[in-house]
Order: sequence, then C-alpha cells, then structure tokens
Amino acid sequence: MNEWAGQFLKNPTEWLRGSGPDVDVVVSSRIRLARNLAGFPFVAKLTKEQEEDIIDLFEESVHEAPPLKNTFFIRYHDVTELDKQFLLERHLISREHATEQGEKAVAISPNEVVSLMILEEDHLRLQAFQSGFSITETWRIINEIINGLEKQLPFSFHTELGYLTACPTNVGTGLRASCMLHLPSLVLTKQVNKVLQALAKLNLATRGLYGEGSQAAGNFFQISNQATLGQNEEDIIAGLEKVIRQMVAHEKEARQYLLEKRKAKFDDQMWRALGTLKAARVISSGEAVQLLSLVRLGVDLGFVANLKYSELNSLFLLIQPAHLQKLYDRALGSSERDIRRADLIREKLKAVDLA
Amino acid sequence: MNCNVCGTNEATIHLTEIVNEQMVEIHLCESCAQDKGTEFKAHFNVSDLLSGLTDLAAEVSGVVKTTTKCPNCGLSYEEFGRTGRLGCAECYEAFSKLLMPLIKRVQHATQHIGKRPSRLAPALRTGQDVRELENRLQKLIQQEEFEEAARLRDQIKQLEEKLKKGKRKSQ
Repeated sequence: MNEWAGQFLKNPTEWLRGSGPDVDVVVSSRIRLARNLAGFPFVAKLTKEQEEDIIDLFEESVHEAPPLKNTFFIRYHDVTELDKQFLLERHLISREHATEQGEKAVAISPNEVVSLMILEEDHLRLQAFQSGFSITETWRIINEIINGLEKQLPFSFHTELGYLTACPTNVGTGLRASCMLHLPSLVLTKQVNKVLQALAKLNLATRGLYGEGSQAAGNFFQISNQATLGQNEEDIIAGLEKVIRQMVAHEKEARQYLLEKRKAKFDDQMWRALGTLKAARVISSGEAVQLLSLVRLGVDLGFVANLKYSELNSLFLLIQPAHLQKLYDRALGSSERDIRRADLIREKLKAVDLA
Repeated sequence: MNCNVCGTNEATIHLTEIVNEQMVEIHLCESCAQDKGTEFKAHFNVSDLLSGLTDLAAEVSGVVKTTTKCPNCGLSYEEFGRTGRLGCAECYEAFSKLLMPLIKRVQHATQHIGKRPSRLAPALRTGQDVRELENRLQKLIQQEEFEEAARLRDQIKQLEEKLKKGKRKSQ
C-alpha cells in the first residue's frame, strides 16, 4: 500500500475528527478557492505538455510554501482507480477530478486539513477542512496558503471580474464555503424541506454527503454559498455563518421536541437502528449510513454509552467501498463488501450495550 | 411514491438540487439510484443549467452569435453553451456581450470585491479600493450609521481624485 494511504487509514480524516464548536450538528467546515495560472489556457484547452508543465509548477511551489512542506504530492498516473476512490471518499478530491480524462495530481497535507486538486475544472482547486463549526478558522488557514502560493505563481485576475475561472459561476473570489450539517431531527420531524426552501431564497446551495445528488445519505446536508462575485471573502463567510447558526438552533429545538413529545417513538427507532447494526450479517453502505445516523443522534442525546464520537465518525468512512478494500488490502466485489462491512460494524460496536 | 425512472419500485431516495432559487426534485428507488448515479450527475450538473441560461443571455442581448470564436484559444460560444466551461482568460473579453448578462443573472453582481493579487498595479488597486469602500458605505447607510458614512464618503472622494490624477499622468 502507498505510504500516504497507510497513514490516512489510521486516522479519521480531519473533517470527521469529531471535535470543535457545535460538532453535534455541524460535522465540519470547508472552504475551497478556484484559481488559474496566467499565461495558460483553461483546463479544456490545454495540451498534454502544458498539463505536465502545470503539474510541475505546482509541485515546485507546494514544496516551497512552508505550511505545505511535508505534503504528499500524488500524480494520477502513479495510482490506481481504487486509490482515487479512497481519496474521494475522504473528500480530499472531487468526483470530477477522480474520473475526468487528462493528467492530474493532488497535494494533500499529512493531517488532511489541506488539499490542492491540480487540473480539476480550474488549474487549482485549493481546499481546507476543519472539524466542527469553524468556518472562520478554515478561512484563516486557506488564506495563509493561497497568499503563500500567490507569491510564487501568477494567477489569472481581471480588474472588474476578479479571479477568472473556467465556469462563470465561480468567477470573482472563486470561493465556496460550506458546512456539513447532520440534521436527523429536522428530517424526523419533517421540517427539513421547509428549511431547505428558505435556504434557496437566500441564494445558498444544498447538497448531500457526497456532493450533488446524494442528499438522502444519513441526514447529512452540505450548505454553501452560491454566488462568488460582488461580496468579499469575509462577507461571504459571515453570511453563511449566520445562516448555519440559525440551522443549528433549529436542529437543537427539534431534538428537544423529539425528547419531550415523541420520546417513545424516537427511543424505538434509535435502539432498533443500533440493534440492526449489531446483528446484521450483510449490509449495504446506504443502509449502514442511514442507521449510523440515528445512532449518532442517540450519542448526541446521551442515550448510547461506550461509543466515542471519533469512533462512530470513523465508521462512516471505513464502511465505504474503497475504504473496506484498503482495510482488507485486496479487491472485494459488491456482495463480499456487504458481508465484510457487517463484520466490521459488529466488531466496532461490540462494546456498545443494547440497553 | 414510485420511482421516477423504473416507475415500479417505491422511491426511497429523494434528491433535491437547488440552483438559482429553483428546486428540482427527483424520486428514485435504491437500485435505480445506484444504476443511474453517474447519469444523474450528468443530467443535473451546472453546465446543463448554464447552457439553458446561455440561450437566455443570447435572447436578451438580441443577437445570437453562437459562432463567435475566442481569438486566443478558438473556443466558440456554442461550445461554451454545451460544456459550461470557457477555454481561457481571454474568453471573458471575447464573449463579454453574451457573458455579462449571464454573469449578472447567476451572480447577482458584475464587480469583484475582495482579495486580489499582491503584485497588482497600484492604479488597479485604487480602483478596487474605491469599489470596496462604496460597498461598505451602502451598508453603513442601511444601518443608519451616518457619521461613519460621511467619513467614508470623504475617503472615497480622495481616492477617486487620486485615480484621476494617476490616469492623466499615464496618458
């Protein structure tokens, strides 16, 4: 196994570390910046030589920027499809970056706080993660890194339109800030659609755990800013922060409501979920994520003892297809994965009592 | 509710995409969701939604010049409409008549405020400073902080004069 995969596998990734402000509702905070190098066409019009030149340029700059000194620099022609899937499950790269044609590379800091996707939709998609509701701290981290890179690399900039991006939806700041929320109580009390509709009016986007079109998975929702032009970075972030703060309050109210008004029903759902996880011999990742989501809420509300947040979080990750295969260090077909997944979950939940 | 794709199984996965204040809902059963996972992404990606908008932009400007090509990279506007991606920085100038209404529509703004490269020419920096201060001024007026607003207004005036002088010098 590659050095980096072995190291990553030992820890839950930064965004699942399970600590930080309001981490019972806000799983993680993330910011990404889109940049293109001046003097090169955008990704769609690059020649193969230019692709390689750009990757080389970034590799040099990354190793010269102090906060990125020990970064793993991974070229895609050196890795397998499974490796890419593994990075995708950890959110260190995007689906697009993993699947599209052409030379590509990614640089990842050893603590998985920062990743630089090179030759994604733009020449550079820089992203930083923090566990919990720490969007301002995330901005501090990513801002320092982009300032360091900008000293070495000229980025395409237009006086009216700001940083130029391949798609006009990212032009200006090139900044997308998002928080990953766990909203099981808003889902259980059927309020979540109302909340999401309100978000749309505020020009905020909602996505699921694994990006576009995955909303159903485990009551996880990613909320992010839609517009990137006309507001500075701090204002974009402050705007998002304000809305997220309200959503945290809504989810907490809904949790209180479940406890006070529907305790028996909720109790039943939660313990059945844990029972199924502790008993299942064959389980899909979809079902497992859904049940783990209920158990997570049970931990938040103090029902479930002997289960640490960090362990529960790492389960969300380890049961994903590529992670299972890395863990067993061999290729597993879909039906074999469902068996191994059930084994792993039973093992990890062994110490958790059903009472 | 039945699955939107096969029409027979119970839909258990409900997708909601919100783009430009429009909500798109799709209901799928487990197996169709797995099969169609990648296809659905392709159906609902930004470039498709954008290409819908690019037609609009062309209509708004009254001239459909989809054959216009960027002199630098050779990308045609029609190609951009299809992929949602521009070919190079110069495309923004080459298609500016068609792109600006589109940008205004998706971004609700046409002027950048915020970070900029540290090595930017001083005159360009001042221009942006002015925009940033004007933005702050608007906010102060909304918050009825008139004293601070007046101070800011004077600052903007000074900067604008500096800008004019700078321009004259460079001519």
